[in-house]
Amino acid sequence: MFLSCADPSLLDGLNWLACYLTTGKHFDFYWSFVTVLVLLAVTAPTALAFGFGGAMLARSQHLPLRIIGKGYTAMVRGVPDIVFFLFFVIALDQGIEWAVHQVRCPDWTDPIRNGLEFRVCPQAKVPNNSAAQVWHSLYGFALAVVTFALVFGAFAANVIYGAMQAVPHTQLETAEAYGMSPRQVFHRVLVPQMWVFALPGLSNLWLILIKATPLLFLLGVQDIVYWARELGGMKTGAFDYPHPDWRLYYFLFLLVFYLCMTKLSEVYLNRLQNHLSRGQATAAGEAQRKGIA
Amino acid sequence: MSCLQTIADYGLRSMGVGERLLPRGDFTLCQQFTLIGSGMLWNIYFGVLALAFGFFFANALALAKASRQPAFRKPAEWFIFIFRGSPLFIQFFLAYEALVLLPRGGIEIFGMTAEVSWLSRAWAGALIVLFLNTAAYSAEIFYGALRSIPKGDLEAADAYGMTGWARFARVQWPTMLRLAWPAYTNEAIFLFHATTLVFFSGFPAFAQKGDALYYASYFVDKTFNPFIPYPIVAFYFIVLTMGLIGLFGLINRRLNRHLPSNERSRVKLRPQIIR
Amino acid sequence: MKNLILTTALLALTAGSAMAQTVRMGTEGAYPPYNFINDKGEVDGFERELGDKLCEMAALTCEWVTTDWDGIIPNLQSGNYDTIIAGMNITAERAEVLAFTQNYIPPASSAYMALDAGTDVMKGVIAAQTGTVQAAHVAASGATLLEFATPDETVAAMRNGEADAVFADKDYLVPILDESAGKFAWAGTEVQIGDGVGMGLRKSDTELVEKFNAGITAMKADGSLNTLITKWFGEKAVTF
Repeated sequence: MFLSCADPSLLDGLNWLACYLTTGKHFDFYWSFVTVLVLLAVTAPTALAFGFGGAMLARSQHLPLRIIGKGYTAMVRGVPDIVFFLFFVIALDQGIEWAVHQVRCPDWTDPIRNGLEFRVCPQAKVPNNSAAQVWHSLYGFALAVVTFALVFGAFAANVIYGAMQAVPHTQLETAEAYGMSPRQVFHRVLVPQMWVFALPGLSNLWLILIKATPLLFLLGVQDIVYWARELGGMKTGAFDYPHPDWRLYYFLFLLVFYLCMTKLSEVYLNRLQNHLSRGQATAAGEAQRKGIA
Repeated sequence: MSCLQTIADYGLRSMGVGERLLPRGDFTLCQQFTLIGSGMLWNIYFGVLALAFGFFFANALALAKASRQPAFRKPAEWFIFIFRGSPLFIQFFLAYEALVLLPRGGIEIFGMTAEVSWLSRAWAGALIVLFLNTAAYSAEIFYGALRSIPKGDLEAADAYGMTGWARFARVQWPTMLRLAWPAYTNEAIFLFHATTLVFFSGFPAFAQKGDALYYASYFVDKTFNPFIPYPIVAFYFIVLTMGLIGLFGLINRRLNRHLPSNERSRVKLRPQIIR
Repeated sequence: MKNLILTTALLALTAGSAMAQTVRMGTEGAYPPYNFINDKGEVDGFERELGDKLCEMAALTCEWVTTDWDGIIPNLQSGNYDTIIAGMNITAERAEVLAFTQNYIPPASSAYMALDAGTDVMKGVIAAQTGTVQAAHVAASGATLLEFATPDETVAAMRNGEADAVFADKDYLVPILDESAGKFAWAGTEVQIGDGVGMGLRKSDTELVEKFNAGITAMKADGSLNTLITKWFGEKAVTF
């Protein structure tokens, strides 16, 4: 980064530290914070959409749809997310490539599954083998988003389903009495009221999502924990900046980062809760109490 | 080798009983189910003990947080914030790093040497982390419940002339528990899920004694096929979770037995409190 | 008609890709000096240099990918990269699912490193990385195996006394021992495990295996492989 960093072995003290903290590898580390924040920003709405869909299915009039919705939300109760992450990404990746393969290479005769090997035609590789590394990273990132959204969408579906149930039944009946169609009742009465009930649960979910990001490296995304381990590990003379095992300091830094994220979110979500409950006669007192808590 | 033989050899392998060497060829489904099931013993061990100890500490913490005395309130608030605000993953790492710093030879207290190296073993170290963690999460739930005890209940207690301990033990505490129970059920479920992190990234496995996920990874490493062992872990956890829901549902029914049936709060599974 | 155009387009595509085939090289990036991420954030080390050389000789475009050791074989099978070049010992177990090239590092010794040279490595607690040939060896040796996810942690465990010794590829331990200023020592006897280090590929990629094999043969013949080994592993390293 700096010209003075050309020969690190000559540096000492603060100069050494300044050069050390501005190596390309450290910039990868700083960049991974952006990755994590972007992932959070993309995953949250996606998971919310999954959750909304799941809740609607679970409330459906049709039995098969209801079973799908309930089954989906029940999934997360049983399976630890880490176990799910361990095999789901590979399965999803293979599923996508299998589908692309069916479309692009209908004439392919070799078996796709050969023992443990999974082999689709070269055109069906997603992304293409010769694509730039950026595309591979982006694809990996997208897979991670979908996986996270699927897991957290199931949590969100639980919350939203509960919130929909919590909307006073009399309100819906009143709407019907006014001659609204079921669709109108849903859009004009149920959904707007539901958010107030769902927000405490969803805020919790957001905090949980933040704390689940260290699992990202399981999904092949080089996140902050990956880099903290990588940078903190003992470095021998093969590296420009040899140092002993510094993982403790890197992890302490991550601890502070997560605590700050939690604090910030709590402050903001409390404000949102207060704002949302304004004018909501039913939930206002409740929400105000929670606001103080 | 028959499946019964496999179960006899490996059923308690995670506790160090039975065959010393893990299977090293011809991995059958039976072996995978047996060993991973044997690993579940560790998940249950961590989950049950952390919950049992954590329950009492959580009560104390919740009361401290609700206290008017800053000397009680502030430490409890900070404790809860730190354990709820950081990933368990990082808590495990930091705890392990801290515990291995303890002197090998033991600590001298009044001329006696206290052996401390066992603290860095998973069975003790990870249990402590899980215990503190679940205590923080449960304390927040209990604290919330404590604050939502209906005013009328407390006024009724006052009217009967109840004060101090009697008021707490006979009115406040049972009501708090009743209100907190559905959320506490979730906490229990997610604590069991969290036990899979112990050997995965926190503590080293000692003499190949590990939990369900540890043995699943072992099989993936040997068979190179992630699509069998991991779903087996998932299967075991679904069974475990259903058992938990049943057990906590029974307790919930007992806690609510005095209420008319249409007022009983059902155990709703909402992720209020996972890590 | 449409089908026909598609097929020709595909043919053109395959023809094109045959000329400048991109091979994705999967490595761990956490096992210096075999492979590691250097301070610029790039994959570096003996295997990086070797891999680039082999790709150049076979006229392949190579792209480096890092992945967790745990999932390194399933991800290869799933096609996320085309080779494993990560200090992987050739063993019969792995050869059942992978096609290995010939070894590019001769069967090397694994060694025990401890705080005290007199440590009994047949008993006691020995640290090794999960899923390595060394871990399997310790489990079978009668010692108590203590497993960690990364090689780094195994050394840390030995240093802080959690384990009595660490067991790993000797080449990995040499620089650590050299820089320990006499704090660490070799213990027990060295052990030969496996048939050396080779590249692992999917069994169906026979053509690619041949290309890399030819490259390695050529490098063995002209001595450039030995030069490379000496450069990264020091004068004392075993060469061909």
